[in-house]
Amino acid sequence: MEPITWTGSFGAFLNPLMLAAVVVFFAGVVANFAMNLVGLRAGEVQINPDHTLTINRTPVDYALMAMKYSVLLFLACWALFVIGGLTLPEYEQKGIIGAMGQRFLPVWIALIVMFALSIRFKRKLGLYGKLFDSPIGMVGFGLVMFWMFSAIFADLIITHGPIDVISQMRNEVPGSFLPSPDEGDFPLYILGGDNLGRDVFSRMVMGAREVLKIAPAATLFAFMVGITLGLPAGYFGGRLDTLLTFIANLVLAFPVILLFYLLVTPEIVAAGIPTAMAAVLFLFPIIFFVVLWNSRYHMQPQKRLLYISISLVIGFWLYSGLAFNADPLGIISMPGNILIVFVSVVFVNSPTVFRIVRGIVLDIKTRDYVAAGQTRGEGPWYIMLWEILPNARGPLIVDFCLRIGYTTILLGTLGFFGLGVSPESPDWGSTINEGRRLLTIYPHPALPPALALMSLVLGLNLLADGLREESLKD
Amino acid sequence: MGLFILRRVGVMILTALCLTFVVFFLTNLYPNLEKLAKTQGNARMTDAEVASWIDRNGYGGPMIVRYGEWLGVVPGWTRFDEQTEQWRGRCFERGENPEDAPRFCGILQGDLGFSTVSDDEVSNIIGGRLALTGVLMFWAFAVMVPAALLVGVLAGMREGSRMDRSLSTFAIASTATPEYVSGVIFIVLLASSTAGLSPWLSEMGWIEGRTLFLGSARSAMEDGINIWNFTLPVLTIALYGMGYIARMTRASMAEVMTAQYIRTARLKGVSFRNIVLKHALRNALIAPFTVIMLQFPWLLTGVVIVETLFNYNGFGWTLVQAASNNDIELLLACSIVAVFVVLVTQLISDIGYVFLNPRIRIS
Repeated sequence: MEPITWTGSFGAFLNPLMLAAVVVFFAGVVANFAMNLVGLRAGEVQINPDHTLTINRTPVDYALMAMKYSVLLFLACWALFVIGGLTLPEYEQKGIIGAMGQRFLPVWIALIVMFALSIRFKRKLGLYGKLFDSPIGMVGFGLVMFWMFSAIFADLIITHGPIDVISQMRNEVPGSFLPSPDEGDFPLYILGGDNLGRDVFSRMVMGAREVLKIAPAATLFAFMVGITLGLPAGYFGGRLDTLLTFIANLVLAFPVILLFYLLVTPEIVAAGIPTAMAAVLFLFPIIFFVVLWNSRYHMQPQKRLLYISISLVIGFWLYSGLAFNADPLGIISMPGNILIVFVSVVFVNSPTVFRIVRGIVLDIKTRDYVAAGQTRGEGPWYIMLWEILPNARGPLIVDFCLRIGYTTILLGTLGFFGLGVSPESPDWGSTINEGRRLLTIYPHPALPPALALMSLVLGLNLLADGLREESLKD
Repeated sequence: MGLFILRRVGVMILTALCLTFVVFFLTNLYPNLEKLAKTQGNARMTDAEVASWIDRNGYGGPMIVRYGEWLGVVPGWTRFDEQTEQWRGRCFERGENPEDAPRFCGILQGDLGFSTVSDDEVSNIIGGRLALTGVLMFWAFAVMVPAALLVGVLAGMREGSRMDRSLSTFAIASTATPEYVSGVIFIVLLASSTAGLSPWLSEMGWIEGRTLFLGSARSAMEDGINIWNFTLPVLTIALYGMGYIARMTRASMAEVMTAQYIRTARLKGVSFRNIVLKHALRNALIAPFTVIMLQFPWLLTGVVIVETLFNYNGFGWTLVQAASNNDIELLLACSIVAVFVVLVTQLISDIGYVFLNPRIRIS
């Protein structure tokens, strides 16, 4: 059977419309730029004597309007394709975009529910709610949550197993039908097959799960390490600061790629280095929480005992499982190759976090409320963790978003060089690496994971930008 | 100032020592040596044979002593091989008389060692590779820095304007596109004979070859660089680094534009063009200078990716080959170069910042 087209039966009238929207948009950009050069400006609001407002529309305004509506038209076309994919019965009619839209149905539902709820209650949700005042932040958040939900619902979305091979489908173009589908099989490869005959679409979706399993957690660990070391370095200063800064600079002076090539090899895993590093790095979250509760409740022994023992029990349970693969209950475990990836990403990221935290602490500790705390006789750790840290949350949250994006890029780099991942793994970096060999002849296997990675990182960056803007407003 | 530079250099040397020791330690771990023995000898060695191979070839003994030998502060090892009845040692060829050889041979004496995979002196290999990468870096910088500064200055001169928003979004998008993504997209768009723009362009008769650009830089090494084979690697490296420099320039420019002296100039009636070009620009470019210098270590990763992606046998490609073939001395030399580049750029950025910024004086 012929492969299905990208746009299906809606394409007949939506394709020209989309093309027109793109043309109008670029014409608007060029016209706007030219008019700016000539010196024309957008119309300004004038206040009339009778308290009414008048805007004189100039050609610039019309160009901007044309650009705005062409973008809306373009997006509306996409929405129609997805709706077509949900309503039309045959895959030939849905088209590739429609078929993809249909597979992502759980994601759409989750996104719509979340956005509706968040916008409805945005005034009660603090910084998170304020995000919905910034269009850039909303776009970024939407992109991030799209991949987040894709990762969560990946089992519902994928059409074939990520490592299932159908050898006749090798390098088939997007929209190709299976040669002899069994009963209950999804009848086509939506985004084509890769060089081994696996489904590109399913691998892309499962890749989201691979990335989002590691990136946020690794960033969180890096923040724990960076905060636990950065707070005292900035607050106490002196020898401790000099030593820690020297070590941080040492790690930062290492070219990341060299470090990965040295650390993420089977021989290093055999030598036990990752376990040793994990043993050190994973201790920091436990220290962080113990100090956090101890400084807060050291006057209330019962509460202190409760919180500290809870943190210690949970902490060491996770610690034994993650670092040594020796969970007494056998629930938590981390395979050696994932552990080394995780540890090296944490190791690379934490010095930067350390520097940021140290810089913020140096700034905040000169504030009056810190002096007031010192005068009240509060201990140094209480001041650091309960006075300074909450006031440093703005820049830290923003950096957290940026750093998840950076971690995603790092994981992609590792996958791209085939370091630390199993060869069958559907993560985006390795899929790009596999696809690049035949890139000029068969571009379709490498392009979807590349665009997916880019959109996720872009979403995180835009989200960080929106958060920064909104947190600076108050 | 002299003392400041001296102290910076001292810290730098200490850092270099620590870093090279870490690299030395990681590459000379026992499992790595075992792998080396098996690739050099034969794959089915017993553990005892491996141990004796390691010892015979000078990889035995305490790590710190061998690090000293490699560095050139401890005399190189010499050993009498009883099977062949010849002297062997670090500083001379097999069979030569150890009396004639120098006692020390390490980095400090300019001896980078011997690449076990290429069967050649490391210094012979790495020089040519570095030159190739130098060319790539030069063009990447020549594209990246002016473009980034232009974008940053245009965005920062009117903060919050439409121009600022669109250019900032572009900068964000470029930082969100790592080399292995933009490279793939560029190749598909511009260098594929079946997809992207090239089939269309060649159908229209606007380009001579089958593709607009070449998706591999292999020919650039032999036939010299030209637009056809070098555009895509340079663009790919430049794009990722550009966004960051542009954002820093924008922030610095926006800060300068709110300064008092700019307001004074505006009130005196200086035209906007003159304010930007004559008053603001020079002060706004101090901060990006540091960022540009610190961009080198980042570019190193980019170079490794781009050289692998475009098959360009420069420094990055050598690093990948050395690491994946467990070529210890070559990898060590690569890391020396990398660490050296990073530290020197840090030093230059520190010193340059002090020179450029008249408000900082170190007595």
